[in-house]
Amino acid sequence: MFEVPSLSDLNIAATLPVMSLVLGTCILLLADLFVPQERKQLTAWLAVAGLGVSLALSLLSLGDVTRFGDGDEAFAGMFVADTFTDAVNVIALVTALLGVMVAYNYLERTGTQRGEYYVLLLFTTAGVMFMGAAGDLVVVFVALELLSIPLYILSGFRRPQEASEESAMKYFLLGAFASGFLVYGIALIYGATGTTGLHDIWIAVDDIVAGDATSQYLLLIGAGLMLVGLGFKVAAVPFHMWTPDVYQGAPTSVVAYMSVAAKVGGFAALLRVLAAGMPHFVLDAGAPAAWQDTVWLVAVLTMLLGNLVAIVQNDLKRLLAYSSIAHAGYVLLAVAAAGSAGLADESAQAVVIYMMAYAFTNVGAFSVVIAVEKDDASNTGVTSMRGLARSQPWLAAAMALFMLSLTGIPLTAGFVGKWFVFKAAISADLFFAVVVGAVTSLISAYYYLRIVWYMYFEEGDGEAVIPWPLAAAISIAAVGTLFLGVMPYLLTDMAREITLAFGG
Amino acid sequence: MVPLWMYLVVAAALFSTGLYGVLARRNAIAILMSIELMLNAVNINLVAFWRYQKPGDVSGQVFAAFVFVVAAAEAAVGLALIIAIYRRRQSVIAEDMNLMKW
Repeated sequence: MFEVPSLSDLNIAATLPVMSLVLGTCILLLADLFVPQERKQLTAWLAVAGLGVSLALSLLSLGDVTRFGDGDEAFAGMFVADTFTDAVNVIALVTALLGVMVAYNYLERTGTQRGEYYVLLLFTTAGVMFMGAAGDLVVVFVALELLSIPLYILSGFRRPQEASEESAMKYFLLGAFASGFLVYGIALIYGATGTTGLHDIWIAVDDIVAGDATSQYLLLIGAGLMLVGLGFKVAAVPFHMWTPDVYQGAPTSVVAYMSVAAKVGGFAALLRVLAAGMPHFVLDAGAPAAWQDTVWLVAVLTMLLGNLVAIVQNDLKRLLAYSSIAHAGYVLLAVAAAGSAGLADESAQAVVIYMMAYAFTNVGAFSVVIAVEKDDASNTGVTSMRGLARSQPWLAAAMALFMLSLTGIPLTAGFVGKWFVFKAAISADLFFAVVVGAVTSLISAYYYLRIVWYMYFEEGDGEAVIPWPLAAAISIAAVGTLFLGVMPYLLTDMAREITLAFGG
Repeated sequence: MVPLWMYLVVAAALFSTGLYGVLARRNAIAILMSIELMLNAVNINLVAFWRYQKPGDVSGQVFAAFVFVVAAAEAAVGLALIIAIYRRRQSVIAEDMNLMKW
């Protein structure tokens, strides 16, 4: 009854960047057992090596030197290797490299230097990469769990500190709850279309639109429930409640990584499911896809709530948590734009540009928080920034750059990201949402620039600990933020090649 | 034969029971059990859709197997977290976890 596929049918070559990382991580898991407790930095170096190999392969593929699949499918359509996959791989791996660098000394001085940290971080990265390459709803689900479960553990990594344990518990309970919605949605989509393959769903949607109402309802509810599950991962507004608590309680090095990685994975999967899987899910002829209205409404709510609540925050980690909610709103705007006919590729490019800019900026901002944080996780208030410009001028300058980039001031990467997101949304005629986006960006300047004010114009001791790996991470993030802002064509030329394998 | 919609109603009822449990129960273990109920509802849906719509194609069944495995992995991590918290506070009541609020 079942045919066993031969090895060549699987097309493993197309999956090389992520497969090498998964293999490397499994080896690291074993190798870590033989690393003595007092030399756990070795594990970090091995993790960097594994990430480096995978990043080199992804960059070669993205830079067109050797293509690992050009819209090719591997594992019988479960895995799609196209330029979007490569772009997501690069963003995920750069974030992971920065994540290892910021953790290197932080774990040691907080007494949590355990080898499994790096293993879990690499597994999460593999989850993000699989989400970007998902060609099947099964892969979306399993990759989401591969992304989430290690993050639950990492949030509680500062055991026995109570805040860390509590944040892990909250993240776990709400995360598992949300993935329940996601799979229920997938089951309904499976019921409506009779398949879990995104390419087959793409084909089946045309029949459903022309066919009976029952399947349409099933598909509509299914897509809505998937939006709930993925919206939770990216911290979109009705499902954002976990974000500030988890970001505040979890170890800062974990937050620096996961604030970007979980979002990249979530948005990649949203694009795969909505923009590539069901762009033709149009209920009234000539209208945009049926899911577009919901997505832009969620985007508007997310931008408003994230930016408004961030104003009253006095803890840096909480403030950046609300800021990350707000940024999820801007990216959702681009996802919504993908619902208009012919805009899928432009939206995917906007999402990639925004996430790349956001990766450098946000990891950078959290790295500065790591530098000022004390060993017992205190001193993360906004006031801890006082006097930083005098005692650590370079650190303060980097933080000021990250804050300007998060606001979206020209000549920083954040501006380039917002520009393309708004451009995609305007092409899709989402004018109201764009106006809300512009106004909330203006509001966000208040709380971002307040931090700059504290650094430059108020007196304080401005203590900070900057060991060299952290300094290197901050420098890379700052250089990335500045370069992508001053020379946006570095990013946009690359992004112009990005297409989703099917859809549109 | 029992019609498909009956299975879907049972699954929806089970999912709603789980949903209610997550929202109403205070004990973290009970919340975890309710989440498992929600995932089981999904399995009923998947297998019913498979049996009635595409009995020749195994993808629905295989998906149900994936859901088991992931649910088991989630339960393992979740119970470990709950034990870690219990050791420190002698409590697994979700409302007691209130160190952080806005």
